[in-house]
Order: sequence, then structure tokens, then C-alpha cells
Amino acid sequence: MAEQFDDPKQEHEASTLGMWVFLGTEILFFGVLFAGYIVYRFIYPEAFAEASRHTNIVLGTINTALLLTSSLTMALAVRSIQLGKNRLTAGLLLLTSLLGMIFIGIKGFEYYEEYKKQLVPGLNFTYEGPHVPQVRLFFYLYFVMTGVHALHLIIGSLAAMTIAVMAWRKSFSARYFTPVELTGLYWHFVDIIWIFLYPFLYLVSRA
Amino acid sequence: MNTNAGPQHRSYIDEGYSLKSWLTTHDHKRIALLYMVSITLFFFIGGAAATIMRLELATAPGDLVTSQTYNKFFTAHGVIMVWFFLIPSIPNVMGNFLVPLMIGARDLAFPRLNLASWYLYTLGGIFTIGALIAGGVDTGWTFYTPYSSMFSNTNVIAVIIGVFIVGFSSIFTAINFIVTIHKMRAPGLTWFRLPLFIWANYATSVIMVMATPVLAMTLSLVAIERIFQVGIFDPALGGDPLLFQHLFWFYSHPAVYIMVLPAMGVASEIITCFSRKPIFGYRFMAYAIIGIAVIGFLVWGHHMFVSGQSMYAGMMFSLLSFLVAIPSAIKVFNWTATLYKGSISFEAPMLYALGFVGLFMMGGLTGLFLASLALDVHLTDTYFVIAHFHYIMVGGSVMAYLGGIHYWWPKMSGRLYPENWGRFAAIVIFVGFNLTFFPQFLLGYLGMPRRYHQYPEELQLLNGLSSAGAAVLAVGYILPLFYLLWSLRYGKVSDSNPWKAKGLEWKTPSPPIKGNFEETPIVKEEAYAYSPQKS
Ligand code: HEM
Ligand SMILES: [Cu+2]
Repeated sequence: MAEQFDDPKQEHEASTLGMWVFLGTEILFFGVLFAGYIVYRFIYPEAFAEASRHTNIVLGTINTALLLTSSLTMALAVRSIQLGKNRLTAGLLLLTSLLGMIFIGIKGFEYYEEYKKQLVPGLNFTYEGPHVPQVRLFFYLYFVMTGVHALHLIIGSLAAMTIAVMAWRKSFSARYFTPVELTGLYWHFVDIIWIFLYPFLYLVSRA
Repeated sequence: MNTNAGPQHRSYIDEGYSLKSWLTTHDHKRIALLYMVSITLFFFIGGAAATIMRLELATAPGDLVTSQTYNKFFTAHGVIMVWFFLIPSIPNVMGNFLVPLMIGARDLAFPRLNLASWYLYTLGGIFTIGALIAGGVDTGWTFYTPYSSMFSNTNVIAVIIGVFIVGFSSIFTAINFIVTIHKMRAPGLTWFRLPLFIWANYATSVIMVMATPVLAMTLSLVAIERIFQVGIFDPALGGDPLLFQHLFWFYSHPAVYIMVLPAMGVASEIITCFSRKPIFGYRFMAYAIIGIAVIGFLVWGHHMFVSGQSMYAGMMFSLLSFLVAIPSAIKVFNWTATLYKGSISFEAPMLYALGFVGLFMMGGLTGLFLASLALDVHLTDTYFVIAHFHYIMVGGSVMAYLGGIHYWWPKMSGRLYPENWGRFAAIVIFVGFNLTFFPQFLLGYLGMPRRYHQYPEELQLLNGLSSAGAAVLAVGYILPLFYLLWSLRYGKVSDSNPWKAKGLEWKTPSPPIKGNFEETPIVKEEAYAYSPQKS
């Protein structure tokens, strides 16, 4: 226990509150992007619908499924550490992290495809058809939003891996598992953001 | 714990004298002093830019610097003063030092994060100063698009990175304060026994975590727009510059409360202490702090009256801006009522605090002019606005900051500063301040626009007064630097409570020991249990 605290309970409560406040700031971070998206979606509905048809819905859906599964394995990891099962927790955390990495891999492949289709604003954007600037705006938002999300997922995967190693070394117990719990909170947060990104970016015109 | 705290107590300063012991410390009090050093440095750099500007404006023709250079100076001044002085000054120096002491905790909840915040602050500063040395930026501190994102050919990105990094420093400090105040109060210290300084820092921290991410992301978008020449703010690309302004002011109006709420907290502490009376209407003061924090989020559009937002939006924002005046007026009223029939003594901190109240009132009342739609159309972007926000920010925040430094100096350093010098400096600053900024109300009213490096002959007299005032003010600001440093060596040794003040921070030795208290204090009384002296 760190010396500024009176007892482990206080430490646990403080760390948890700290994480929640931090996640609050994260929501506002994404909030700017969502606000921008909503404004332009409202101003240019047709262009956005059209642009979203160029995203890869199959891969997007697979990725959504992957993330939901990873949320489950993460929840199981938190549950199992509360029962003191360090080894099982380590396995579940590794699995979670792996699912995250696969997500990133698929996302990378999607980006590559979009690059080939010349949809990356600022690099090679060329688009035939109406509403060129607005379609470009959509893809600009698409890359920034999914990019910032992917960055969070990479950080989350690395954190899950680190915690997995600690669990493997039996650093936690049924009485002390704050880091696992906090990593779990962060992971679920990143998932929830995707739950919003997916319909916004992939399903606009298909709904 | 604290086995080394015998009668000859070992203070946090004695925990190590090497540079390394300071740069790797986790003690909130040492981190506060690290901040004090860097923030003071930035204050004087920002001040130097202001000096050049007032020198240029001392005469009517633009003969000292070119208009382009002048643009770079006011940008540097604004960026440094806002992000590297006003926002971090009271929370990071005084808050860091006092929040744990005032609530009876051994340290902040996350000491490592606290040290990391200071490093982020320094790193952000290096980026910004680097960009300024490398040629400067001419966008103004508001980075309005599309000028900042497409046209300006100066070091916009480096400065944005600097501001982005320093933003994270304030987010981390704020998280630390929120958690500490929630979870680490001494037994018996209920929310309504907290000193108002704690309330103020709590509300400020909430604003910081809610507003700063918005700024960080918005500025990132500007940087991306600049680098890739695609964007969401440039109308030529399908974007909307008004969106930038909304997002920017959504942060930057609340940011003015980040600057002024902690100042109100400091003023409250000082005023009750030197009038020997409990603060009048304690609960109302706490509610007013919350009220200002909440309403502060709803008024950003008053910076955009002439931007082309819809007329109805303008009317709404005008109305809401008037509402902020209510909790602010409550505070001024309660300070006055606290003073009434108190046994007032005019030590230097008190002079600063009274100066704060006066200047804040002046700034607030002129804010009402600006919040009136029709008047603002005449006054916007003139020197009237400059005078208004300098009264609030410089007259308010800086006065309170200096007052706080004097008030808690014995606690921080264990030494008393020379009282007469303190009073003298406070008076010089007050006089210099009014001489500098009062003429600017008139200038603005006469139509002198902001951000110009020359002006017609008729405005010479008022501008001359203003520049002369700036010189007086500069002297006033430099004085404390000398006598405070002097006092570190030659000042009288202070006991634990030289002002006979209430509050937990005075119940531990000056300077305090590493873990703050030898044993956790237990609180049995309300805040500010002063009793007036019968004469
Ligand atoms: C309480 C602390 C306050 C601070 C620190 C503060 C600070 C500022 C600053 C920095 C600006 C200039 C923005 C720019 O560069 O364009 C400004 C403008 C303005 N302030 Fe304040 N202010 C405060 C209180 C108020 C109050 C109480 C009101 C109204 C009730 C108010 C109304 C305005 C308006 C309407 C403007 C826009 C002027 C314009 O751009 O035309 N302010 N304030
Ligand atoms: Cu404002």
C-alpha cells in the first residue's frame, strides 16, 4: 500500500474514482469528434450516406463481434481474479489482449484497402461523383475517429498484457486486484466507444 | 511513520538538498515549489512580451516593431499568460501545497502522477518557448481557423503541441485533487466544514476535467487540418469555422473560471483571517462556487456575438451571461459582509485580497456591458474588452495569487517576509494596475481596436498613461521577487501560525514535515471559527 493512504480500502476507492474521472475526460475527448460528426451529418446527410457506403461493412461487423467477445473475456478475467485464480486470470487477459490485436490487424487491413481505393484525405484522396468536399470530410472524420479509437485499443492491449504477466506472477489476490479491475474498466470504455462508431461510420445509409 | 519527527522536527525542505532530490520528489509540497519556480519564470517571459507591446504603443506611429512582429508578441503574451500562468498558477502552486494540508491528508492521492504533471508542464513550456524562439506565431492565443490552419506561415503546430501537453498536465492535477478531496479528508472534516479554498479548487478541477479534453481535441484537429490540408474547419474544404469557435470557447470561457475561482478561494481565506470573523454566509459561498462553475459552461457564445451565429443563440447567450453575475455578486456581497464590523488589520495579504475584490468587481461590471448584445457590437475587439479581461484576470487572479503567496509564505518557507515591503509592493501594484488598464476602457469606448500596433494621434494621451502605468506595474511585480528571496535567508523565523489563523494547515509546524502531520488530525469545529476581538 502507498504511504499516503490509511488503509487498502481507501486506496482502492481512490484509484477507482480516479479511473472514473479519467474516463469522463476520455468521453469528452471523443465528444468533440462526435459533435463534429453530428454537425456535418446534419448539414450534409446525402453526402455522408453516400460516403459511408465505401466503408467495409463486413470487416467492420467482424471487428464489432471481436470487441464484444473481448469485453466478455475481460469481464471473466475480473471475475476470476476476485476468486483469487491468478493463472486463469492471466490466460483470460492474454486472450482479451489478443482479440484487441486482431482487431487492430483487421483495422489496418481496412485502412490499406481504403488507401488503395484512394480514400485517404491528405494522402491520395480522389473521388468521382457528387459532393466531393463533403465525402472527403466524412473520410477525414472516419480516419480521425477510428484512428484515435485504435490508439486507445493499442494502449489497452499493452496494459492487459502487462497485467496478465503480473497475474501470472501471482501479484494479485482475492483481496487485492485493483489494477485488474481498472484495466477492465478502461477496456469496456474503449469497447463502448466502438459501439457508437460502428453505426455512425458503417451503417449510416444502410439502416 | 514519521519516526524522525522529534521536537527538532525535520521539515520537507530538509529531506534532501540535491537537485535530484527535488526533481524526483513525490512530496506535494516540493512539487508545488517546482511549479512556483517555473510559473514565475513564465510570468516574467509573458510580462516581457507585454513590455514590448506597451513600448510600441507608447507612441502613435508604429515605429518600434513591425506589425508582423507585434502580432507575434501579443500571441506569445496571450499564450504564455493564459496557459502557462493564469490556469496553472493558483491550483498548481497553492493548491498542490495546501490541498492535502488543509484536509489533513499526508499527500495527494497519486503523488507520481503529480510529479508527472509537472514534467508535462515543463515539456509543454519547452515546446512553446521553442516555437517562439524559432520565429513565433501570429494567430493570437485563440488560434482562429481557417487563418491558423491554412494561412499563417508561422510555427502554429509546435505551439499547439505545447498547449496540448500542458492541458494534460492540468487534467492530471485536477484528477488528483478531485480524488484527494473526495477520499482523503481527515475524520470529522465534512463537506460543509471544508475551507472555501478547497471548494474552489474542487470546482476548478471539475471544470478542468470537463473542458480541457475538448480543447485538446479541437487543437489536434487544427493541427491535422494544417498538416494534411484537409479539414473540418476550413469552409473551402466543406468545413465550418464557427464549429471551431464553438468548441474553442466551450473550453475557453470555463477557463476564465479556472482562473478566477481559485482566486476567490484565496481571497476568502485571507479576508476572514484578517477581519477575525467567520466568513459570512459560508454555505452560500460554497453554492455560489458551484453555481459559477455550472453556469460558466453555458455562456461561451458571448464571445461569438458578431461571428454570424444565429440571432436567437446570441440572445440566449446574452441572457445566460447575465446569470453568471448573480453568484459572483453573492460572493462580493458576502466578502463585504464579512469585513463589516470585523477587527480588520491591513497586512500585505489583506491589501492584495481587498485589491482583488475591487478589481474583480470592476471587471465583472464591465462584463455586463459586454454581455449586452447591442453594446458588445460596439465594444467587441476594442480595448474595452482588453481592459475588461485584464481587470478580471490580472486584477483578479494575479492579485489573489500574490496575496496567497504572502499569506502562506511563512508556512512554505518557515520565514516571515518583511511586512512593510509587502505592503509597499501591494500598493504599487494596485496603482500601476489602474493606471495601465483604466485608460483602456476609455480607449475602447473611443473605438481603438485591439491587436493594432499603431493608432491615430488623438489617442496619444490615454495610451501614454497606459504605458506609464505598465512601467509602474512592472516595478510592482518585480519587488516581491527580491524581498521574498531575501527573506529566505534573512527573514525572521516564523512559528507554526504567524497570523493566528484557523485551518488545519496552521496546526502543523512551518515548514511542515514530509508526511504533513505527526498524527492525523481530527476535526471538531466548523471552518473559520474566528471570534471577533472585543476592543
Ligand atoms: C469571472 C471572470 C471572467 C474572466 C476571467 C473573463 C475573461 C474574459 C476574456 C479573456 C475575454 C476576452 C476574450 C477574447 O479574447 O475575445 C472576455 C470577454 C468577454 N467577457 Fe469576460 N470574463 C469574466 C467574467 C465575465 C462576466 C461576469 C461577464 C458577463 C456577465 C463576461 C462577459 C464577457 C463577454 C460578453 C466577452 C466577449 C467580449 C467580446 O469579445 O466582444 N465576462 N472575458
Ligand atoms: Cu466568456
